[in-house]
Amino acid sequence: MILEETLRGGQAWSRRLARGQILRVTDTAGTACLSALFYNAREPLERYNMADTLKAQYTAFLTAGRVLYSDMGRVLVSLIADSCGWHDTISGCGDAAASEARYGQGGYQELRNDFHRNARDNFLVELGKWGLGKRDLVPNVNFFVRVSADDSGRIAWVPDNSRPGAFVDLRAEMDTLVVLSNTPHPLDPAPAYGPPPVELSIRVAAPIERPGPDDRCRTSRPENARGFALTEAYAAEVEPRRDSAGTP
Amino acid sequence: MRHSSPRITLPVPITPFVLKESALAPWRAIHDEVLPAGRGWSRELARGQIFRIVDLEGNQAVDTLFFNARNPDERYSATDTIRAQGNLYLTTGTRLMSGEGRPLLTIVADTCGRHDTLGGACSAESNQVRYALDKKYMHNCRDSFLLELGRLGRGMGKRDLPSNINFFMNVPVTAEGGLSFADGVSAPGRYVEMRAEMDVLALISNCPQLNNPCNAYNPTPVRLLIWDAAP
Repeated sequence: MILEETLRGGQAWSRRLARGQILRVTDTAGTACLSALFYNAREPLERYNMADTLKAQYTAFLTAGRVLYSDMGRVLVSLIADSCGWHDTISGCGDAAASEARYGQGGYQELRNDFHRNARDNFLVELGKWGLGKRDLVPNVNFFVRVSADDSGRIAWVPDNSRPGAFVDLRAEMDTLVVLSNTPHPLDPAPAYGPPPVELSIRVAAPIERPGPDDRCRTSRPENARGFALTEAYAAEVEPRRDSAGTP
Repeated sequence: MRHSSPRITLPVPITPFVLKESALAPWRAIHDEVLPAGRGWSRELARGQIFRIVDLEGNQAVDTLFFNARNPDERYSATDTIRAQGNLYLTTGTRLMSGEGRPLLTIVADTCGRHDTLGGACSAESNQVRYALDKKYMHNCRDSFLLELGRLGRGMGKRDLPSNINFFMNVPVTAEGGLSFADGVSAPGRYVEMRAEMDVLALISNCPQLNNPCNAYNPTPVRLLIWDAAP
């Protein structure tokens, strides 16, 4: 393991994930909302694009076999394993106003480090550490969250989407800056502020986990085969001395 | 029929749309222009002004973004707009929200009934992924957005392109999480009209996409009108 870390409820996190590394995120309690944004670590002007991700894969949600596209037609990370089954990317993230409306003020002065943090503010803090800011906020992923829509478009929070121990394995297909916020989803009806801990671990992909020709994410759609081809062409451009598995 | 590709028309099992007409007369508009297919456009709208987009020939996707004209770091947020109204589709009454939780504009009339904000804009690179690697040369919305922002000279660029609105485009989502580009629900002459709730910068790409039915495979012009606030 390259890293093992527990994200407390409310905590923000950011780290570069090198191509070929796998980040596992685990929902310890089965009630987590782990909000996430992804950027090209070399050139963060390239970033996760919800619309391109959904359009290319004809889906309104994320699960194993699907990938997260950047706005440049490349695959930032692939969901190579998922024991939860549904991750949201159409309902955005909470902010200070939504948090206060549901849970009350929850300020630092009263609660010290249990104060009520929210995803938008957490994103701004972490992005600030990389010279990024508001202009880099785009529709995000909410791991372990399911928001459904009926025929008329009405959206609804789906309870019990996750379960204790549910995890997702995210394999980086290019060097990716991952920004996380372990904070409540604004549609979660739970009356009290109580995001559970989320476990993070990073490992290097074993040979069998690398994106070979039969890789599930590469072959799940013809669009993804083209997305991987563009991603591998980019790798050859920016890191010509690494092989196709990302090994220096 | 102006489109050459055969199209299959399925029975539409969708909740009937609520359509709302506007009382504003075009001859009273302070601005009235036709934007050809494949062109970008931008203009500031003052608070209170009414902005109408007319789908002149039907089923034309109009990719649109709005910014706070005084501070463009505050801009349209698709997900905040969806959550604020608890619905994926935009129509009369929808408040087009910024990421700061404030309405930029409110849709006040709509004779189409449903507009998309999940489908985003096409780009050279996403066309390569979605259709074929050799489609990179084709004109696309992001190029129009970038050219328009470049011409504006306000220091705005690709960082300022979050998920946008697609007026007149139909991207239905199913309860099982499927998403598709369906035949349009618009028709010649249908329009959407919105009131600026603050001074906003409007940015439009009149979509040149030829590879999917968002434009019925035939991009066409739209008409843009602006009225001053009622006295």
